[in-house]
Amino acid sequence: MIVLYLMIPISLALGIGFVGAFVWSVRNGQMDDTETPAHRILED
Amino acid sequence: MNETISRLEEVTYDDAIVRKFLLACMVFAGVAFAAGLLAALQLAFFPLNMELPWLTFGRLRPLHTNAAIFAFAGNAIFAGIYHSTQRLLKTRMYSDRLSAIHFWGWQLIIVAAAISLPLGFSQGKEYAELEWPIDIAITLIWVIFAVNFFGTLAIRREKHMYVALWFYIATIVTVAVLHIVNSIEIPWSYMNSYPVWAGVQDALVQWWYGHNAVAFFLTTPFLGLMYYYLPKAANRPVYSYRLSIIHFWGLVFIYIWAGPHHLLYTSLPEWAQTLGMIFSIMLWAPSWGGMINGLLTLRGAWHLLRTDPIIKFMVAALTFYGMATFEGPLLSIKSVSAIGHYTDWIVGHVHAGALGWNGFLSFAMIYYLVPKLWKTKLYSDRLANVHFWLGFLGIVLYYVSMVAAGITQGLMWKAIGPEGQLVYPDFVETVVRIVPLYWARALGGAFFLGGFMVMCYNVYRTIAASTEVSNETVRVRNTRYSSAGEGHRALEGMVTVFSVLSLIAILVGSVIEIYPTLSLHSYIAKTANIDPYSPLEIAGRDIYIREGCYVCHSQQIRPMVSEVLRYGSPSTMEESIYDHPFQWGSKRTGPDLARVGKKYPDLWHFRHMVDPRSVVEKSIMPSYSWLVKDKTDFLSLRKKVSVLRNLGVPYSPEQVAQADRLAEEQAKSVAQAIHDQGGPEGLERREIVALIAYLQALGQKEKQPRPTDQVTVKE
Ligand code: HEC
Repeated sequence: MIVLYLMIPISLALGIGFVGAFVWSVRNGQMDDTETPAHRILED
Repeated sequence: MNETISRLEEVTYDDAIVRKFLLACMVFAGVAFAAGLLAALQLAFFPLNMELPWLTFGRLRPLHTNAAIFAFAGNAIFAGIYHSTQRLLKTRMYSDRLSAIHFWGWQLIIVAAAISLPLGFSQGKEYAELEWPIDIAITLIWVIFAVNFFGTLAIRREKHMYVALWFYIATIVTVAVLHIVNSIEIPWSYMNSYPVWAGVQDALVQWWYGHNAVAFFLTTPFLGLMYYYLPKAANRPVYSYRLSIIHFWGLVFIYIWAGPHHLLYTSLPEWAQTLGMIFSIMLWAPSWGGMINGLLTLRGAWHLLRTDPIIKFMVAALTFYGMATFEGPLLSIKSVSAIGHYTDWIVGHVHAGALGWNGFLSFAMIYYLVPKLWKTKLYSDRLANVHFWLGFLGIVLYYVSMVAAGITQGLMWKAIGPEGQLVYPDFVETVVRIVPLYWARALGGAFFLGGFMVMCYNVYRTIAASTEVSNETVRVRNTRYSSAGEGHRALEGMVTVFSVLSLIAILVGSVIEIYPTLSLHSYIAKTANIDPYSPLEIAGRDIYIREGCYVCHSQQIRPMVSEVLRYGSPSTMEESIYDHPFQWGSKRTGPDLARVGKKYPDLWHFRHMVDPRSVVEKSIMPSYSWLVKDKTDFLSLRKKVSVLRNLGVPYSPEQVAQADRLAEEQAKSVAQAIHDQGGPEGLERREIVALIAYLQALGQKEKQPRPTDQVTVKE
């Protein structure tokens, strides 16, 4: 089961990566507005 | 926001690349569906295996699954991503050259797969069958795609990244990691290799990969496409943008842990099984939130469902998504898995997702995109409706027949009579019972393929009527930077960050690749009570993998009364400790083979492999008559055994040096046994002898038999 020592860190790394992306997106203001983006994509 | 200064800029999107991916998607969809239909017919009517090595079920099924996932779904994803990303980010793709390399590289990989799989080059791991040179090519092309995509993000003119883009990002990052970890292998020839992992470790990595391939290749990218194309097609915003964000983050955090639900009741440690089950059940929430979010987007516009074939396809796709993501967690509950696992129920489950969700969403996207990209109208809405109903009927027929087949199998396998004996001790009885359902399934597949052909005609007529194809040019507002200079600086910043990130990724990748090879000896318990396969058995095992026996046979006996009665004591972790790759299997079209060794005389196997009907009258197993003609590859054995030795299998240096001679000796005695039992003479150099040696070794490798009281049985 030693492979778990490899897979759990990799899964965790992916998870932490996603947490990082999440924090970035909040800081960057990606979540400030949860209304207009849905409308914006409708115009090309 | 302070960057309010914005101006209009002109952008010409690269639509040519989208057209290419779209057409490739349609071509390979045809291949994948046709291969699937033929495979389905082979199970209903075995003569369709035609005794052609490259066309038998064991080699055709990997071709079908790989074509469906990587060629059809893959090209659909790329078409949608290249089209929507440019528009969401208001910029052309980062590099036309990278786009072109991505396109042609991917098609080349598909062609390589389409040639190598029928030839029997296989790693023996489901959906990861492709051999090492192709694995490397996939990695390279995927990285090129990633660079192109992240480059486009970097030069975007739209500050906000719409939720679809997040789904694409998760796809690109995770698929890369999964593919690399599951493909760590050591070549023993220019087209063959053994995975570094063995037995339970290999099983765990494989299903971590297999499950997340479904999650991050067939779910997240298609959700991204859904969140873009459904609002576009209905011309109304998604019901709740906030919910879509929750859907995304919920999925990416939970999905990665659910893989062990493919290994319930196996010799995987109990706690890992429970973890997989809990995370699977947690997936219910975000999945259904997402489905409801999609469906409610149409609130107040349900009339579109009657008039617009695109909306029809999308709503059906979402419904199938909801169905499949309801059923998945259900099947992860151990008591349900006890009945459903190894049966055709799982096949039905997969196809609700693949045909219903991936298929229908791709069709909707194609109907939406073709008129736009070729600047014309769809040739016929009526034909699109015909397609919808044919496809829908096909899926329902497929799904219902396979669930019925699966539950029938599951119950028959488990049925125990009043005296504690199996009610259906003859496995073939449980096969014969569901053959009518195999016909129904094939009919469903035929409907689905028929519908697809109607679409091809419709698309062909649409494109034929098109008079101009050009790249769309639009004027967009840059909401990101107040001046061009800053844009460039930001871009340069991104490039540095990006390079550092890729470097880290490559380093981590290398460590992952190198570390296990260095420390492998520590993976193998020194006290293992197991003998490794003899060189001849290794040759036979490679034939087993080449012929794809694992697509019909499992090698993993679960600790349940019915299984122990039918197959013998439950499989242990130790028994497959030297199995590179593991061959536990996932479906029992035929019986489990973990302990088939010594169950029959050699001659029985000889006759069974040449013509299964000669010993089991109603068998649907293909005939493998070419194994009597083809010669065993003794020469490569030294290389193979030495690679295995390096991976930690305890062969002595003499065994490595003499591998071919040892194998020839054993082959002589097996051939002699076949002859003595009344079979033909002079088989010692034929592949069939190697295969029989392997089959007779299954379950026979324990040095000392275990005391029986150690066997624990659950029901
Ligand atoms: C299309 C699915 C399919 C494929 C592929 C397939 N088998 Fe089978 N196999 C069956 C079925 C069904 C049975 C049960 C009927 C019978 O005994 O023939 C069976 C039975 C067997 C048995 C007898 C097991 C027992 O306990 O009675 C052996 C041994 C076997 N198969 C070996 C193989 C090998 C080796 C390969 C690959 C070269 C292979 N099979 C490929 C479907 C398949």
